[in-house]
Formats: sequence, C-alpha cells, structure tokens
Amino acid sequence: MAGLELLSDQGYRLDGRKASELRKVQARTSVFAQADGSAYLEQGNTKALAVVYGPHETRGSRSKSLHDRAVINCQYSMATFSTAERKRRPHGDRKSSEMSLHLKQTFEAAVLTELYPRSQIDIYVKILQADGGNYSACVNAATLALVDAGIPMRDYVCACTAGFVEDTPLADLCHAEESGGGTSLALALLPRSGNIALLQMDARLHQDHLDALIEAAMTACKGLSKVLDGVVRQHLEEVSVLIRD
Amino acid sequence: MLKSKTFVKKTRSGGVLKIVREHYLRDDIWCGSEVCKECKDEAPVLQEHACIESNLCSYPHYLIPDTNVVLHQIDILEDPLIRNVIILQIVLQEVRHRSAPVYKRIKDAIHEKEKHFYTFTNEHHRETFIEREQGESANDRNDRAIRVAAKWYTDHLAKKTNGGSLKVVLLTDDRSNKEKAEQYGLIVYRCEEYIKSLIGNPELMDRLALKPDDQNEITGSKLLFPEHLPLSRIQSGIKNGMFLQGTFHANRDNYLEGKVFINREGEEINEVLLQGLQNLNRAVHQDVVAVELFPKEHWVAPSSVVLQDDSPNDEDAEEDETENKLKGEPSDSSVLQPTGRVVGIIKRNWRPFCGMLSQSMIKEATRHLFTPADRRIPRIRIETRQAANLVGQRIMVAIDGWPKNSRYPNGHFVKNLGSAGDKETETEVLLLEHDVPHQPFSQAVLSFLPKMPWSITEEDLKVRADLRHLCVCSVDPPGCTDIDDTLHCRELENGNLEVGVHIADVSHFIRPGNALDQEAASRGTTVYLCGKRIDMVPELLSSNLCSLRSNVERLAFSCIWEMNHNAEILKAHFTKSIINSKASLTYAEAQMRIDDSTMKDDITKSLRGLNRLAKILKGRRIAKGALTLSSPEVRFHIDSETHDPIDLQSKELKETNSMVEEFMLLANISVAQKIYDEFSECALLRKHPSPPPSNYDILIKAAKSRDLNIHTDSAKALADSLNNATVENFPYFNTLLRILATRCMMQAVYFCSGMDSDFHHYGLASPIYTHFTSPIRRYADIIVHRLLAVAINADSTYPDLMDKHKQSALCNNLNYRHKMAQYAQRASVAFHTQLFFKNKGIINEEGFILFVRKNAIIILIPKFGLEGAVFFDNKDKPSPHLSFDSEGPTLKVEEHTFRMFDEVKVTISLDASNIQHQRIRMALIEPVIPGVSVPVPESEPEAKKPKLDC
Repeated sequence: MAGLELLSDQGYRLDGRKASELRKVQARTSVFAQADGSAYLEQGNTKALAVVYGPHETRGSRSKSLHDRAVINCQYSMATFSTAERKRRPHGDRKSSEMSLHLKQTFEAAVLTELYPRSQIDIYVKILQADGGNYSACVNAATLALVDAGIPMRDYVCACTAGFVEDTPLADLCHAEESGGGTSLALALLPRSGNIALLQMDARLHQDHLDALIEAAMTACKGLSKVLDGVVRQHLEEVSVLIRD
Repeated sequence: MLKSKTFVKKTRSGGVLKIVREHYLRDDIWCGSEVCKECKDEAPVLQEHACIESNLCSYPHYLIPDTNVVLHQIDILEDPLIRNVIILQIVLQEVRHRSAPVYKRIKDAIHEKEKHFYTFTNEHHRETFIEREQGESANDRNDRAIRVAAKWYTDHLAKKTNGGSLKVVLLTDDRSNKEKAEQYGLIVYRCEEYIKSLIGNPELMDRLALKPDDQNEITGSKLLFPEHLPLSRIQSGIKNGMFLQGTFHANRDNYLEGKVFINREGEEINEVLLQGLQNLNRAVHQDVVAVELFPKEHWVAPSSVVLQDDSPNDEDAEEDETENKLKGEPSDSSVLQPTGRVVGIIKRNWRPFCGMLSQSMIKEATRHLFTPADRRIPRIRIETRQAANLVGQRIMVAIDGWPKNSRYPNGHFVKNLGSAGDKETETEVLLLEHDVPHQPFSQAVLSFLPKMPWSITEEDLKVRADLRHLCVCSVDPPGCTDIDDTLHCRELENGNLEVGVHIADVSHFIRPGNALDQEAASRGTTVYLCGKRIDMVPELLSSNLCSLRSNVERLAFSCIWEMNHNAEILKAHFTKSIINSKASLTYAEAQMRIDDSTMKDDITKSLRGLNRLAKILKGRRIAKGALTLSSPEVRFHIDSETHDPIDLQSKELKETNSMVEEFMLLANISVAQKIYDEFSECALLRKHPSPPPSNYDILIKAAKSRDLNIHTDSAKALADSLNNATVENFPYFNTLLRILATRCMMQAVYFCSGMDSDFHHYGLASPIYTHFTSPIRRYADIIVHRLLAVAINADSTYPDLMDKHKQSALCNNLNYRHKMAQYAQRASVAFHTQLFFKNKGIINEEGFILFVRKNAIIILIPKFGLEGAVFFDNKDKPSPHLSFDSEGPTLKVEEHTFRMFDEVKVTISLDASNIQHQRIRMALIEPVIPGVSVPVPESEPEAKKPKLDC
C-alpha cells in the first residue's frame, strides 16, 4: 500500500480541508472555580486544558525569585488516554520537559512580568487528546487561561503549526500529516505587533521555502487570534450579564 | 463550512487501535460542468455538449466508472474518444490502493485537458458523503457512495438544465451493484455493453479487458497448472522459511526454464532454478513470486539447450514431449543448482508488450495467439475481430490474467504500431520495449526554452570570464550537431602551458525544477540509434544554443589548468565563461592538421600541444593500471534518401580520438574531486566496481587454451597481461581477448557520494570519477554542472540538489535509462545489420569463435562486428554427435574439436522465416564437417562455390 496522499490534486487534504484552512477551534474559559484562571480548548481533535495560578509569592527556594520580574513556571503533561496507544507518561520525561521549556519561553515574551517582581506565575497544561499541534493547542489554551486570570499581557499569544507538502505550505497539521515525515514548524505569534514569540522546527527544510512556510503559519495564527478574541469577548459578555443582575 | 466526524477503527500489527480522524464536509465543491451556473467553478472541465455517439445513450451524457472499471478497462478510458468522465474521489483512492500503475495512468488522463476528465471529491461533499452502516462491508459502502454520488449528479444536472437532456451514466461490471443502481433510478450499463454500443469504433471493443467469467469460455476445462496460494499463506510461508520471495527472470533461450533471484539479504541461496511449465506455474518475466525449494536430490543443472516455444497453435498435448527432453539431460553433480517451483505470485509486473499476431488456423476465429517481441514473455491469447488487418503488423497487447486451466495468458489488444519490418515501426518497437521516452516535447517543456533570437546579455558578460579571444576548437565525429566540448592549449609567458576544456553551459538554460528540467531528468540521456537521435533536451538547445559551434559566441563552463611540459597540473581553475570556437573539426581533419607540417596557424599549434600532452597523460594513466578494452563497433553508411544502410564499417580510432578522450577524462576527474571536496554528502559521482574474480574464469580458460596466462588480481595486472598476450601469426587475437575481457566487466554506475563508500573506478584506475563533459546528452552532467557552479559561487543551490536521498533516486533512474539506452542502441544496430544483409543476400566471411556452447558456437565476424551462433542440432535432421567439455571449453562435433578463438568461415544470410524475429543465420563452411558444414539447403549452391575458391 502506498503512503497517504497528504494533498490531493484538487487541493484537499486528508480531512477535507484546503491547504490554508484551520481545524475547527472551540474554547471556553473559567472552567475551574478554584484556579485563578483556566481554559479548555479544542483544535480539531486536539484537546488541551490550561490552568493558571498567580501571581503569587515564590514557592520553594527563595533563590529562584527574580528581583525585577515574575518567574513563569510551566508544566506540560499528556493524559495516558490522549493517544491511540495507551501509555503511561511520567512527569519530567524529555519530551514534556522540553515542551514545558518552550511554553515558558513563549509566555516570558508575552506576559508583562516586570509588573510583579519577586513573584511567580504557574501555568499547568494538560493534553487530553492529541491529534497534532500539541504545542500550539497548549499555547492557545494557556493564553485564554492567563486572560481569564487577569494577568496583563502584551497581546494574545497565538500558536499554530505549518507543514510543507508538495511545495505547498499546509496550516494547522493534524496527527496524520505530522507523522507523514514532512517538515513541521511551530510558531507562536503576538498578532498585533507581528512579533514572533517562539519558532521551532525540527526537520530539514530548504531556506528558499522557509519564508513561505512562516508566512502561512503567521496567517494561521492571525486567524486563530480572532477566534480567541471572540471567545474572550463572549465570556466577558456572559459574565457582565451575571454581574448586572 | 460544515463539519462532521467519522470514527475509523484500524488494526495494526498485533494490537487493535482506535484511530479517530476528523472528516470535514464542504459545500464549496463544484460539479465541474459547463452547464451548471450555480457552482462557482472558475474553469469547468466537463463540456456542455458531451457526445460520445452511442446506440444506448443518444443524449449527451457524462460517464461515471466504478473502481473495477477503472482498474480493468484503463486502456479504454485512455482512448481519445472517451471524454467527459467523472472520476469520483473514492474511486481514485481505491485505485491508488490497488494498482499504482493504473493510478498513474488515470491521473495522467485527468491531467490531459482534451479528455475532460473531472475528479469529484465526493467524500468531502456535504450531500454525497455517507457513513458506513451497521454490518455493511467497506466495499459495499464504497459502491453505495458511488451510487449516491451518481444520483446527486443526476439530480443536480437535471435541476440545472431544467430536466434537460444532460444525464450521467454509471458504468459498472458488478451485477448486484448494477441492480441496486437501477432500483435507485440511475442509468447504468455494463462496460462491455456500453462500449459495444458506441458507433464507429469497432477497435475499442478489442481493448476491452476480459472479465474473469468470460475466460471460462475461452479455455478448455483441463487444469494445467497448480493453484496459486493465497497471499496470506505465502506471507506466513515466507516468514517461517518455507518459501522464498524473489523476482522471476525467464530464460531468453529456453521457454521452459527460468530463474528466481532472491533479493533478501542473509539468504544463502540467491538464485533458484525453475524448470518445466508446471513449476514455472504461470510466472511471467519480472513478476515477484514465492518459490518453494525442492529437496536436494531433485536439484538439477541448468540446461544449456536452446528451446523456443513455436508450436503452431495452442495445442497442449505436445508439451510433454519437450519437457521430457529437458529432463533427459545428464546432470553433473558439481553444477547442481537449487531448484524449486512457484507456489504463488506476490506481484505481477505486467506492462503492455509489443509483438505480433500469429493468426489462428481457423479463418473465422476471433481468438488468436500473440507473440511478444521479447522472448522471455510467453505468448498471449487475445480476442480480436480485426485479425486480418493485424497480421504483419506490430501491435501492443496487455495481459489481463492467466487462469489455471489455460496454457497461455489471456490479454487484449491495445494499439497498432505499424507494419513489421518498416523502419519507423521497428524503431518505435525497440524504443517502447526499452522504455525510452521518445514522445515529442510537450508545450509545457518547450515554454521554458529561451526566446529567440537569443544573444549574450550584459549581465552574462559581467559574471562570466570572457574567453572569446582564446583559440578554442572542437573535435568530434563527422555530422555531429550537439557539440558539447571544446579545447584549447597555449603557451604562457612563464613557459608553462595553459590547457582549457570548455563544456557547453546547459545548466544555464535548464533551471532546476521546471518542466524542462523534469523532462530531461526523466529521459536521463540522449539515445543514439542508427540514423536517429532521441534528444534529452529540445533541439533548440541541443543543436543550437548549447552546441559549441564555430564562430558563434556561446556560454561555456570552463575548466582551465596550468601545466608544465610534463603534463603535471600546477593549477586548476573552474569558471563560467563565454567562448567563441574558432573551428569545428572532425577527428580526421584534426589528425590531418597535426600531421601536416606545413600548417602553422594557431589552431594547429594548439592541437599539437594538446596531442603531445595527451600522450603523456595516457601513458601515465596506463602505467597506473587503466584498462584498454575493446568492443567491435560498426558504423553504417546510410543512404541519404531511403535511409537504408548501404555499407558497414568498423569504427576507426585515430590519435585525435584519444586526445579528446584524455582531456575529457582529466576534466571529469578534476571536477569529481572538486565537487566531492565541497559536497561530501551529495556529490554525484560515477564508479566502476571491480568484478568478482569468478567473472574472469572464461577469460583465463580462453587464454590458457593458447598457453597464455592472464593475471586478474588487479586492474594493473590485467592490463599488463593483456598487453603481453599475443600469438604469432594471429594479430586479431589480442583484440579478441580484449573483447572477452570487456564482457567480464561490471557496469559502471552513477551514485551519490553520501550513500556509498566505494568510489573507485576500476576501468580508468581512478579513485574518483564523474561525468562533466557531455551535459547536452547526459543529465548526470547537468547535475554535476550545478554542483560545481555552487562550489565556485557562480549559481545558487536548491533543495533537491542537497538531498542525498533524492539524488540517489535520480541516480537510479539515470542508471536505468543508460542501461536501456545501451540496449536500444544495440537493438537498433542489430536491426540495421539485418536490413543490410537483406539487401546483400548471402555472403561468406571469416570469423572467430568467441564462445563455445553445448549445442552451438558463437562466432564474431570482425569485419561487420557481427556476432551470431552456429547451431549443431537441428530439428529436422538427426543431430551430429556432440561432446562438450566445459573445462576447455571445447565442443567436439563428430571428428572436429572447436576451441575458443578458432578461425572459421561461415555464410551469412538473413533468415526471414520468422517475421517477428528475423535474424542473421550463420552456417559453417570451414572446417568441413560432413552433415554439418552446410546445414541450410537453399544456401548450398552459393556456399559451395566460394569454398572451392579458398
């Protein structure tokens, strides 16, 4: 049997999307009452839960705290049932610590940490179902949770992946596309300024194609930011109705 | 945009996985018809007046074939008559899973604009997507999806044309599917029914592939072959070592014998011999098969007899007789080979075959046997009503299947190529049989050619070295229009010599990745046939813009060395340049200039300098162990009007040939080193592996028969011993030995440096080698040009150039094309030789025995470079007493013993009794052996007279 045809001649992908189309994004904020901020986000079949605590005093050793800004502490994990094969995932394995680090870097670029010296902000994200683009789902969910917690940020952080098949950049890869062996680029963007918070790519790609790929990922991120903005505004509306009562 | 999800469960090795995939349904998928105004398709594919004239459907209609129709009747769908076809996505997907070649062909048909084939993405259309029901098999669901899509089209088009005339017709050969579709209110026909109804196209009928249930009628009920095992059992058998998997190669000379090459590593046995129809069990050349080994006591030696399947008709009875003949072979236990039988076919590798029809004895019969041109392919039974027209024509036939109760596979007619013996047709056949792409270049390819009039621009001048002042000239064979190399040599002020090799800068015109480049990459090489050239790049480039003709300014890639008078390189330098060749010489002209001491002009001086250096270089190369091999090459003098060969001439080698060759080698080696230094992972190089010692057995034996020793430990030893091997009064002996040595060699191949560690070029005794000097006719050179251009910062790189896997794939294609081009060239020479002898009648010639076989001797006629066999066993006559000694090897016929290299006299004539395989027949005149020496009765009178003369 031949491998999967990721992009048909008619321009449709495996799941029926066109090259630049995103998967369906659905999100809710304030899903937990105990946490300072929380959000649940679905990007197609990828489902992520994000919880934010803080800013609060630095826990553990004092030496970690910074005198001029807040420390951002991120923890990424995947549920045992998140992938097709059930697998126990201990905390702190290489993959999740790397992902945690990436998340931390992303949000250090977006959160106005200098407002809270000597304090700490905790972001916990969990992937409930993994279907490609785990990093971007985490970033988007965490952004909503941060907004929900009322932590001041420069802008939304929107993340999206992009791949490259038959000289066409594909936005928002699903698992089948990601595992197809091609290039996958993850990009986190501050959409209003157009600044890139994080850019990550593992596979080889010729330099000539890089611009097109980044462009596709940025367009996708901008599309996402509209969705996230809508979610936040809707939530605000619902809450303000409650308060008025 | 609407969205829904499907849940697909999939099992993979062992565990059961639940795989969930999203499935988006869209409402922006258009129907693709010109009629429809609602769909916002920018370029509708399907025509409004879609008429294929048919008795069944008198109204305009679109066709929707189901999967099996596409898979089996692809030859019909490819016909230009069949237009306006809707290929459903689900059909395309199923075809893709089941047959890659058919998938490729249907995709090509879809891309062809005139065919008006439209792919409808039914699986993502909101209204045509269906979910699999409880208890419904995947196939049934797909059939239903096809019906739903057809229904949607029917309704959609009816609405758009206000219940008008445009309809869709579903083609299916599945009876239950047809019934269900009829109930569903669709117009549905069986493929055969529909094709039969077409007006004015009887030959389309012949292209219909036979369906399995038709085949029963054709063949008798007697079971001839054992059943093939199902794939699952084959796989488990292979896993537990019961069966072996390999590629089947039929024996060219004996239709009852074949070999299976086991391509798994770590297997002790890599070749299994198969004998007899039962054991071959319907395997066709190139199929991937599973074989079962026989116990050791049943192992036999390959028979070296020549057997051809030329029974007059498809009678099965006489087989037993010939098979017994096979088994009667005395077997010597030392040469026993693993023997086995085919238990199943893993993958068929059928392609359309060229060949001829042998008409059935019965006049009105519609079933005939087809004899392929390739003798390794069995005869094929086809059904046709136009047999009378097809006799004497070269035709193409595809195999449909080989039922176990049929002696021959069943197939169908594909195409008529033209009458046999016709030069055009024969050339077409040999191009097709050797898979040489030879269609005219498409518009897409031509669109990337530079616009005429073309001239060198300011920009070119800026980035290129201006070498127009140099006295550059080219030396080529006469009549050469694609000149890709020129040379110069001049003395520098410091007393050293500057030597330049200037190669046409083809990579300037062929930019990576465009259609022109892709076409050139797929062709791989220019193919030179007798009197015809199949270009790799369009003629504008090959014979004009890239050809370094005299007195025009051309772009070149130059390789310039500074040498001292001992031909030692002091400095090497590569640059893109502009040159202006001062003369295009032939080898003979160049030789004349060098020899004529009165000529003192710059060109001659330059040539003399080059010639002197070349001699030094050659001497040095030979001292290092480079081989000088020989092959009998001939040139035809072709009549300018009839294009018939009128004379044959062996190729002459002049000093100037070797002069040009020497500098080309030098340039190739220099460039190879340079690109390898720069790109150790992705340099495209050429290697020539040293042959395994056993290859030389025949050479050593042959030399021993004349009391000479050939050392084959190294290339150097071989070269030296070949030089010393001479026999008094036998000047041609050394050449014969070299011809034989050539046959012992391995094939030189292209490879990517990142994928291999052995770079050595055995024949040239060079540690590294590549092809740089003929970019007009070889694609490998274009890649090397690009690599070199990047290395000297003259051009930019691109992704595929640096990808060693892609390059390795490219190398495989190039190697394949080169091999095929060589075969095609040989076949073309053979065909022209036949034409030549057809005109000449019967000729007597002297020749030498090149090989000795069990029932024949192979003779080389040096004058014509012709090789042929003299058989000693004859069907009609009792065979003479033969005894073969494989040690010598010698063959004793009655009283006379034939040894290798013996001189013999033969008559040469054209045997046209088999029009398909016309061949040169040789018959022995001298030595005289009673009952053998003149076995062809017709040639007797002519043969005897010269015999008296000598």
